[in-house]
Amino acid sequence: MDVLMLSRLQFAMATMFHFIFVPLTLGLSILVAIMETKYVRTGDETYKRMTKFWGKLFVINFVLGVVTGITLEFQFGTNWSRYSEYVGDIFGSLLAIEATVAFFLESTFLGAWIFGWNVLSPKMHALCIWLVAGASNLSALWIIIANGFMQNPLGYVIRNGRAELADFFAVVGNPFAWQQYVHVLSGAFALAGFFVMGVSSYHLLKKQNVDFFTRSFKLGMVFGLVFSILVAVQGHHHAQEVTKIQPAKLAAMESLWETHEDGAPMYLLVVPDEKNEKNAIELFGIPGGLSFLAHNDFKAPVQGLKDWPAEERPPVMLTFLSFRAMVGLGTLMPLLCIWAFLRRNRLTETPKLLKAMLFAIPVPYLAIEAGWVVAEVGRQPWIVNGLMKTADAVSPIVTSQVAFSLVALTLLYALLGAADIYLLFKFAKKGPAEA
Amino acid sequence: MLETIWFLLWGVLWAIYFILDGYDLGIGTLLPFLGKSDTDRRIMLNSMGPFWDGNEVWLITAGGVTFAAFPKAYAVMFSGLYTPLMLLLFALIIRGVSLEFRHQVDSPAWRRVWDWGATIGSFLPALLLGVAFANIFMGLPLDEKGVFQGNLLTLLNPYGLAGGVLFVLLFAMHGALWLTIKSEGDLQRRAANLARTLWPVLVVLIGAFVVLTVVYTNLLSNYLTNPLLLVLLVAPVLALLLLRRQIGKEDWWFAWGLSAAMITGLTLFGVVGLYPALLPSSINPDYSITIANAASSTLTLSIMLGVALVFVPIVAAYQFWLYRTFSHKVTEKELGHDGAY
Repeated sequence: MDVLMLSRLQFAMATMFHFIFVPLTLGLSILVAIMETKYVRTGDETYKRMTKFWGKLFVINFVLGVVTGITLEFQFGTNWSRYSEYVGDIFGSLLAIEATVAFFLESTFLGAWIFGWNVLSPKMHALCIWLVAGASNLSALWIIIANGFMQNPLGYVIRNGRAELADFFAVVGNPFAWQQYVHVLSGAFALAGFFVMGVSSYHLLKKQNVDFFTRSFKLGMVFGLVFSILVAVQGHHHAQEVTKIQPAKLAAMESLWETHEDGAPMYLLVVPDEKNEKNAIELFGIPGGLSFLAHNDFKAPVQGLKDWPAEERPPVMLTFLSFRAMVGLGTLMPLLCIWAFLRRNRLTETPKLLKAMLFAIPVPYLAIEAGWVVAEVGRQPWIVNGLMKTADAVSPIVTSQVAFSLVALTLLYALLGAADIYLLFKFAKKGPAEA
Repeated sequence: MLETIWFLLWGVLWAIYFILDGYDLGIGTLLPFLGKSDTDRRIMLNSMGPFWDGNEVWLITAGGVTFAAFPKAYAVMFSGLYTPLMLLLFALIIRGVSLEFRHQVDSPAWRRVWDWGATIGSFLPALLLGVAFANIFMGLPLDEKGVFQGNLLTLLNPYGLAGGVLFVLLFAMHGALWLTIKSEGDLQRRAANLARTLWPVLVVLIGAFVVLTVVYTNLLSNYLTNPLLLVLLVAPVLALLLLRRQIGKEDWWFAWGLSAAMITGLTLFGVVGLYPALLPSSINPDYSITIANAASSTLTLSIMLGVALVFVPIVAAYQFWLYRTFSHKVTEKELGHDGAY
């Protein structure tokens, strides 16, 4: 394998690993902040115990998100130096702004929150976790605006042999980026809801700390229900935006090879055959279905992959399967939440629901990872859509360097990930401290 | 003009990172030497507990600013120094995780693992940053395309290694002084004794490093053109000399401040010596990465300056609040609190 392939693998590994921890940070920080606010307002000790129990899981999860985030900043320079040089004027400033306005806030006040239980007043302590929650979500915004530039570059001009900033507000106001942000955030909030419901279900099944975990479950359920519906509905609009901005990505998501001028069908069962530029199996077609989904019009034309030369198409199988996985899991999530909502006052009498919710903890994780595969693999062969190819972006480094770092980073992540998941299991199973 | 302002800010950001995370890295390095018991080690880790994460963000910001203000310098520095930066990354990851995981399980074996993680994860960044910056001061073998023509061994030359040792000991001193502020009793006495022992070593080392700098680098040329700039070297030397007195008086906050002034002075001495290059080329001065060929557009530099002028003071204010709120000593009673390491 060459430097390019190894660097791509390393980027995929480091980013996907990072994003195991980030969504829970984004959502759970808000849930913990709500719990602590309820405690400060009512003085109800159960809410204090909830804050401490879920807060501990939050912190254990948080640390891996933070340390693996350093990798992401470093690797643009280490592995993608030509990219960094070409778009640093825009992309680099977004990362620097993220650190200055959000990451400092998040890290500083998390330190105050963790160590401040006996030092700060209850109100000040609650304010700290709100600042952490706000800063985490603000940090995600800047990162996604940076990613949005890669998906839909705006506000730049090519000058001095590189992309230079021409209009800062066009970059920041990138509608594609904001769509992504809503999509990522609602997915992350839904994930946090599922996490809280799943862990609560474990204890409710054992009928321990029933009041504590019923309250937790219901709070998680509100998040899960609202945001799993939002992520699905908004995801549909997001895909329509993809149709306009990245038609090749959409064609790969649907494995659509031929262009249909008067309405593209939607097949429920498809097996792509990339080599022969067709689908081996296409079953259960809905005439005009894809046109309707993409354009709200059964007759609208949709471009097929053959409109692009083979070297300008994204990998079809991976994009297609990831998209199907995301949509499938994303459909399951609101259904589970609706079931939970209907049984919300009879949770302990519905062990089937509790078991389902316990085993559903990985569902949003898989959906979110699959979603990022669609976003990033589906953009290939471009690193910046239409502007720079991934192959032209890689650093002039030696294969052995990347081989070493890929192996070492994978081993390190595997070890630390295992230790982190062990701790999460340990404290999730242990339950809250005695009242 | 904007480029020069950003060049100086770049140096200042690195200096702030070295002062703040420097003591964390120092304490981590000293963990096996000063931490005789589990309680000692816990006090050492808790002395940086609320702060280390916020301190580390200054590194992310220094990196981010390199990327934003001088994209080409960022590209060349990070790809050229690929392996040392990866090692730095691994070490910082291990350090952060060790601090957070160590106290989660009450088992001596578990804690021993993360103690080593904290030590190696602190020692290695200090060493690598020293080696990297010394090599940058000396010049990297950059060809006309800015491609690094060397490997890890290229960096391990006498001057680079001297830089590494200097950083490790500067941070160890800085960490020992922080510990004297945050601890009491026997541990504080041992930290103070270590600072006393380290002081003459640092005097010799800094003297030797300055001599080596004259021999190996061109940093001095800026100072020969503008002798007034030598004030930058007077400051750290004065701080170093005063430091011994304050250690003797056991005036720990003042001593730590002097150590911070010394680190800032040495960093800025190097950075100002580099100007206008960010990464001088040792192959041919024309191949150097300078503020002229690496800077971002005027628009980006202006917007970034606006952001920095508004937000850096805000960050400084709330980080100051954090330090003031948690300035008390870490006592054994405190170790029983929720959230303590």
